[in-house]
Amino acid sequence: MPAVSKGDGMRGLAVFISDIRNCKSKEAEIKRINKELANIRSKFKGDKALDGYSKKKYVCKLLFIFLLGHDIDFGHMEAVNLLSSNKYTEKQIGYLFISVLVNSNSELIRLINNAIKNDLSSRNPTFMCLALHCIANVGSREMAEAFASEIPRILVAGDTMDSVKQSAALCLLRLYKTSPDLVLMGEWTSRVVHLLNDQHMGVVTAAISLITCLSQKNPDEFKTCVSLAVSRLSRIVSSASTDLQDYTYYFVPAPWLSCKLLRLLQCYPPPEDGAVKGRLVECLETILNKAQEPPKSKKVQHSNAKNAILFEAISLIIHYDSEPNLLVRACNQLGQFLQHRETNLRYLALESMCTLASSEFSHEAVKTHIETVINALKTERDVSVRQRAADLLYAMCDRSNAKQIVAEMLSYLETADYSIREEMVLKVAILAEKYAVDYSWYVDTILNLIRIAGDYVSEEVWYRVIQIVINRDDVQGYAAKTVFEALQAPACHENMVKVGGYILGEFGNLIAGDPRSSPLVQFNLLHSKFHLCSVPTRALLLSAYIKFINLFPETKATIQEVLRCDSQIRNSDVELQQRAVEYLKLSSIASTDVLATVLEEMPPFPERESSILAKLKKKKGPGAVSVTELDDGKREAGELNGGGDRGPDTAAMAASNAVSTLSLLFICKTLIAVISHFHSYPFIPYLSCCLSASIPALFCGLSLHPCPVLWPPSSAPPSEDPAPPLSEADELLNKFVCKNNGVLFENQLLQIGIKSEYRQNLGRMYLFYGNKTSVQFASFTTTVSCPGELHKPVEPLVEGGAQIQQVLNIECITDFSDAPLLNIKFSRYGGALQNLTLKLPVTINKFFQPTEMSSSDFFQRWKQLSQPQQEAQKIFKANHSMDTEVLKAKLLGLGTALLDNIDPNPENYVCAGVIQTKSQQIGCLLRLEPNAQAQMYRLTLRCSKDTVSKRLCELLAQQF
Amino acid sequence: MQFMLLFSRQGKLRLQKWYVPLSDKEKKKITRELVQTVLARKPKMCSFLEWRDLKIVYKRYASLYFCCAIEDQDNELITLEIIHRYVELLDKYFGSVCELDIIFNFEKAYFILDEFLLGGEAQETSKKNVLKAIEQADLLQEVRYTPNHSHVWQI
Repeated sequence: MPAVSKGDGMRGLAVFISDIRNCKSKEAEIKRINKELANIRSKFKGDKALDGYSKKKYVCKLLFIFLLGHDIDFGHMEAVNLLSSNKYTEKQIGYLFISVLVNSNSELIRLINNAIKNDLSSRNPTFMCLALHCIANVGSREMAEAFASEIPRILVAGDTMDSVKQSAALCLLRLYKTSPDLVLMGEWTSRVVHLLNDQHMGVVTAAISLITCLSQKNPDEFKTCVSLAVSRLSRIVSSASTDLQDYTYYFVPAPWLSCKLLRLLQCYPPPEDGAVKGRLVECLETILNKAQEPPKSKKVQHSNAKNAILFEAISLIIHYDSEPNLLVRACNQLGQFLQHRETNLRYLALESMCTLASSEFSHEAVKTHIETVINALKTERDVSVRQRAADLLYAMCDRSNAKQIVAEMLSYLETADYSIREEMVLKVAILAEKYAVDYSWYVDTILNLIRIAGDYVSEEVWYRVIQIVINRDDVQGYAAKTVFEALQAPACHENMVKVGGYILGEFGNLIAGDPRSSPLVQFNLLHSKFHLCSVPTRALLLSAYIKFINLFPETKATIQEVLRCDSQIRNSDVELQQRAVEYLKLSSIASTDVLATVLEEMPPFPERESSILAKLKKKKGPGAVSVTELDDGKREAGELNGGGDRGPDTAAMAASNAVSTLSLLFICKTLIAVISHFHSYPFIPYLSCCLSASIPALFCGLSLHPCPVLWPPSSAPPSEDPAPPLSEADELLNKFVCKNNGVLFENQLLQIGIKSEYRQNLGRMYLFYGNKTSVQFASFTTTVSCPGELHKPVEPLVEGGAQIQQVLNIECITDFSDAPLLNIKFSRYGGALQNLTLKLPVTINKFFQPTEMSSSDFFQRWKQLSQPQQEAQKIFKANHSMDTEVLKAKLLGLGTALLDNIDPNPENYVCAGVIQTKSQQIGCLLRLEPNAQAQMYRLTLRCSKDTVSKRLCELLAQQF
Repeated sequence: MQFMLLFSRQGKLRLQKWYVPLSDKEKKKITRELVQTVLARKPKMCSFLEWRDLKIVYKRYASLYFCCAIEDQDNELITLEIIHRYVELLDKYFGSVCELDIIFNFEKAYFILDEFLLGGEAQETSKKNVLKAIEQADLLQEVRYTPNHSHVWQI
């Protein structure tokens, strides 16, 4: 092996690297590094001026230390000094250091920019390239401000060297991506487009990336690039493999440039000019033909390069979606790849076919490959390939093959990898709903889904089956019968109990005629599951019981007996206790007529977009289910659910409304109305008693009182101090500002889910701790502090795979900024004590009551809140989609009322709400002004309390 | 391309190039996660995987993994060949490159990468032109020195 002797070595650096590599332990490495850092620091601080070589060497060592993962907080100045060295290597190392360790120190930026400016005007192409590389690597706004107007000039100047042009083009691209407002092409546009004609292939390769990006943003200004790109492509495609010399890669002419050209064309519709279009179609046909020719080399690089172009061509064909002949050829080509021995090609073919499936020209052609795809789902050894197969089955599904595909997906689910189960479950649920012709098949499928993969069946899925059963009276009897049978299994999933409880509570009468499913048998069956269920399910079952009393008067005595027993009426869980007490009272006081009114069958749900579809969209991003949406348009008739024109997030809102309708207001709303007629509330004082008994602590404006003992008292908790909050605790907290439910935290061991509800100044939070391992967690304790107090034992053992639940009652005493802390400690068999602290997602906005008001009211109040400290304002960059529906959903999730027709500018959003705390009410007005062009927002808050304005502003600036 | 990482079979990061602005904390988190994910995959598996909203393209050369993160519309196969071309460039420059060359001459590995890819896009795909640029730069260097490490390290 030849010795490495290129360029200059730096002996000191090589020795240092060797030393580090010889370190036997992490500690030894850190010790060596600290020694070196001290040495470098003293050299930099020393009286003796360092020569360029030493400076370069030390800067390079610092860089090496940084790249090992250690923090570097000095040396920037020395690196900047190197930039103005006239020795190339010193300059080069200086630039490398700056590129890797950018520092927004304004003084340094000015010096760096000065050095770059000098190099750019040096007319030395090597120096110019170094400077351009540095700008492209850093790409900061400060650099864009300094150079965005200079670089286009360099790019199109006649005397600029090719290599400099290449760097300038990509440098400009980087600046455009970070600061599009500063890069103004204007007069340069046509000259930049004409770089596509440049003689130097390298210049074209670099420039086309810039042109593609600019075309995406300003298609009209750049549309002349289409014909230029087509003729360039045509020349490459028809060239012999040797024509392009060094740009030929393993016998494939200019593969990178070809791919980029095909990519550029995907920014535009098919060319209108017939000649151009003809030429392009010819190119695409040639590319497809070449795929059938014998390979010119056995090397994988040859086939990869060739197929890269082929896949890009197929993407373009799919993008045009107008040439049936090409689409079908593309589909056949991909069909061949489905059985190719290269895993990579099978993967890409499955992925690409997914988009083909949505074209009306090729949908049928794609369907012919169903057996191959099903086989892939069953036999591929790589989960990422199986995932693609599942996606494709989903995309190719229609009424003709739905039963087969759903059956295959269900059987795959039994062995599917954990990582893709949840998504598979959603997909099965959607397909079953979408293509159900008979609803009994739909009900069977969903119940199977719960049986096979109950843990992965999200709330949306079982809410949906209930919505559909309630809305279709022809399936209710069948559903009751099937769910009754499913519940016979000795161990059935809790989700099955939920569905069973709900459906039998509503439609149990439809099967009560059969002595094998008489009312008492139904009740006993449900009740046999009761004790194994979590609190929310038990609450649901209690509601089912009271419905039974109405449906079947003969069960009244038995059920009252159950409600009356201590484990119900004195249950430590307030919700269960309340339901038991109220239902018992209701069943004994109310007349049959009143009972029948209160407990009437649920009215049909308004037709809405499937909440499951919304969930999948959310999970996979907006592009992912475009196939389904397209299908919606084409095959709407006869579906269960026509699909609305609402965006995914309104649908998500609707879904979360459905959640509250279903689980909370199951019957309670009417119940409360009726109860108030009775004028006797023996239970109400009792309830408030047990509430106030557990409000011991007031701190920081929030009082948290975990519900008293659900589990046996814990053994002594581990005695280590709680860990400081995780570094990402704030980030996790921010995810919950605009929503109440979700997964708060997840690592390899533990998952913590949260469900919460708020009313006025009170809230209740359910925490679900899931053990993801197969090993028991011992000494499991959680502590909620606010910050500084401690509470609430949970069950000290969490079995492998099990989940335990904790309930917190929350009361907002006064406004607050710091979120309560949640500390969790546990140990695993043979493992170290786990100690982690999170922030509980309780933020001040949870206590919002929305306030509707007219425009004049709004502005009057706005003016009243005019003291400077009452206003908080922030201008910030958009971090997420600026889509109107997404923004609206977030603002509604915040808890305020979103007011229309207030702001004279319809692009702006205006909200109003009152924060309810125990001690006072705080009025808040909000205005959010998006600037889509600059991807920025201005957020203004005015609240009657200055600390609230400030806190809300901080919280919200993280949300958009 | 959003970033490129080179790491060893033992999970040691040898080169990192980021084409999107991220904080050091995020970079470390991404690196940790990806190294773990890629190292857990078996040899015959597909070179592509979905990760967050990105596509990961990776390939192993001897003891080193080359791993690129590309966006949804980017081409996986051509990215695989970007990796290969970079390996060829390193190979040609160092003469049968090994992991040690990249450790001891990390700055060179960065310079070569900058000539080949800039801002995450291919700048110059001709092997000859890239090497010419690097060699010209080497000619400008004033001190010549042969480092005294020899390739006795076991990789």
